[in-house]
Amino acid sequence: MTTTITFPLSGKTFQQRATQEPSWVRRFLIGLALAFLTLFLFVPLISVFYEAFKKGVDVYLAAITDPDAVSAIKLTLTVAAIAVPLNLVFGIAAAWAIAKFEFRGKNLLITLIDLPFSVSPVVSGLIYVLVFGLQGWLGPWLAEHDIKIIFAVPGIVLATVFVTVPFIARELIPLMQAQGTEEEEAAVVLGASGWQTFCKITLPNIKWGLLYGAILCNARAMGEFGAVSVVSGHIRGSTNTMPLHVEILYNEYNFAAAFAVASLLALLALVTLALKTLIEFRNKQHQTQRGDE
Amino acid sequence: MKITSWLATSILATSLIISGSVLAEKTLLNVSYDPTRELYQEFNAAFAKYWQAKNHEKVVIRQSHGGSGKQARSVIDGLEADVVTLALANDINAIAEIAKLLPENWQQRLSLNSTPYTSTIIFLVRKGNPKGIKDWDDLARSGVAVITPNPKTSGGAQWNYLAAWEYGKQRYGEDKAKDFVGNIYKNVPVLDSGARGSTTTFVERGVGDVLITWENEAFLALKEYGSEKFETVIPSLSIVAEPPVAVVDKVVDKRGTRQIAEAYLQFLYSEEGQEIAAKHFYRPTSAKIAERYAQKFPKIELFNIDDAFGGWKNAHKIHFADGAHFDQIYLK
Repeated sequence: MTTTITFPLSGKTFQQRATQEPSWVRRFLIGLALAFLTLFLFVPLISVFYEAFKKGVDVYLAAITDPDAVSAIKLTLTVAAIAVPLNLVFGIAAAWAIAKFEFRGKNLLITLIDLPFSVSPVVSGLIYVLVFGLQGWLGPWLAEHDIKIIFAVPGIVLATVFVTVPFIARELIPLMQAQGTEEEEAAVVLGASGWQTFCKITLPNIKWGLLYGAILCNARAMGEFGAVSVVSGHIRGSTNTMPLHVEILYNEYNFAAAFAVASLLALLALVTLALKTLIEFRNKQHQTQRGDE
Repeated sequence: MKITSWLATSILATSLIISGSVLAEKTLLNVSYDPTRELYQEFNAAFAKYWQAKNHEKVVIRQSHGGSGKQARSVIDGLEADVVTLALANDINAIAEIAKLLPENWQQRLSLNSTPYTSTIIFLVRKGNPKGIKDWDDLARSGVAVITPNPKTSGGAQWNYLAAWEYGKQRYGEDKAKDFVGNIYKNVPVLDSGARGSTTTFVERGVGDVLITWENEAFLALKEYGSEKFETVIPSLSIVAEPPVAVVDKVVDKRGTRQIAEAYLQFLYSEEGQEIAAKHFYRPTSAKIAERYAQKFPKIELFNIDDAFGGWKNAHKIHFADGAHFDQIYLK
């Protein structure tokens, strides 16, 4: 696109491409963005690994093989292994319902799915304490039947599931909406059952978006601090997740160990990022192929 | 379906992990307050050894730490603590009153008001004491930044507050004490939720000129960071801080851990327990151990809460309850 600008006094005319800024502006903006990234992203990331290995590899290994740390890692993985599949099922079901059907209360459902994003994580944790805590609504009944939810693994899982609900559903809804219902309608007309339609048409169409959402959901499930902190009870070796363990170690002046465990979390984030990029790349390929067909 | 089978496997696997970790050993949960981390780390190991030698039974003691009030709240909400070792009697009173997990006369069940070790409140300043802080008066001066935690959530913070109040009362008279304490809190740039949070703010983040804290916490910071960065200042008057301990009856009866929980607390009074407490800068109550570590603890003129404030219940009602003196001072 070009714009013709005429200066009335000099009568000079020149053409400037609307998308082209002077080179110093471009350089300045790129430089600014890079400086920002370096300062707020790369330097902290490097410092995590630097601090973690500052006292040597022995200290690092000792920190991450410490029984409390191992238990924190196990718990974090356990929680993610429960929360992500649950949200996978819920996310697909919600997105399927919202994107493919019209029903009353649809907008309400969309708003509800977004709720965990807009509520502070601490509040997300507290609502479970209010419901399941000993002084809460269900607390006395649970205590009588010796069912532990708060300050135990189920509470941590619940809080994590709550804060990670939107990730998969939010990823799938626009994707499914864009794809429309034509292919499904064709399948149904050709005599496929609902389940067949879902498995053979819908699921293959959304698989990359689904994976992408699952990865984001997993990253958040492992990294969640606020909500989990409220319901955990902070029992070492039992209800401490990795982020909580990092805080404990830090508060104990045990900085090398705190950063060692933090570096594991950072590593997890980096792997997630790599996977995400890979999937985006595959996704793009997938789309161009479909376009060619 | 691949996804469903994966789901089933993962749920099965995780439930196995969870049930496995529950069944493993005889455990005891000690819910404690912030600065006792290092103390109980050593004490728990010593007790496990003692119990193993005496009863041929393996015991694993689990720890939870945080601001004392917050920890009490967790126990009230259902955190299954076999024993609580909190910063002040009032937090255990709350557990007795609100959740009724132990009788209200719990403090009479163990000797010395259920307080196996005591501490007091002193100051930590930066090396060379650049602001020339010598006593409580200096904390109320303008231009001095004071670090202390939030009395609403932290037990240590309440001891800090009460020590300052009593000093103001003795120095300036009954009706000036509130203004005096108010002037100190005007100098507080950040109220952390627990004593350890405040220590980190002062020591690690470099905020503030003086930290009001437990004696044991101040000595620990000196040990961790070296005396070339910080020094302690001993005020002319301070409070005997009594962090009490109690068995949580309803929990131990349900879990069948009463015997071991009671032995655990008794062990705090033993010579070995007292020695470990002294090593971690808590003032031992046993005369014998106190004498052995006498040179470690500075001599301070001390008062106790019963004489000065008529006990914790009174102090709480007048100073820390909603709308009481602290709220009036801080919200002003």
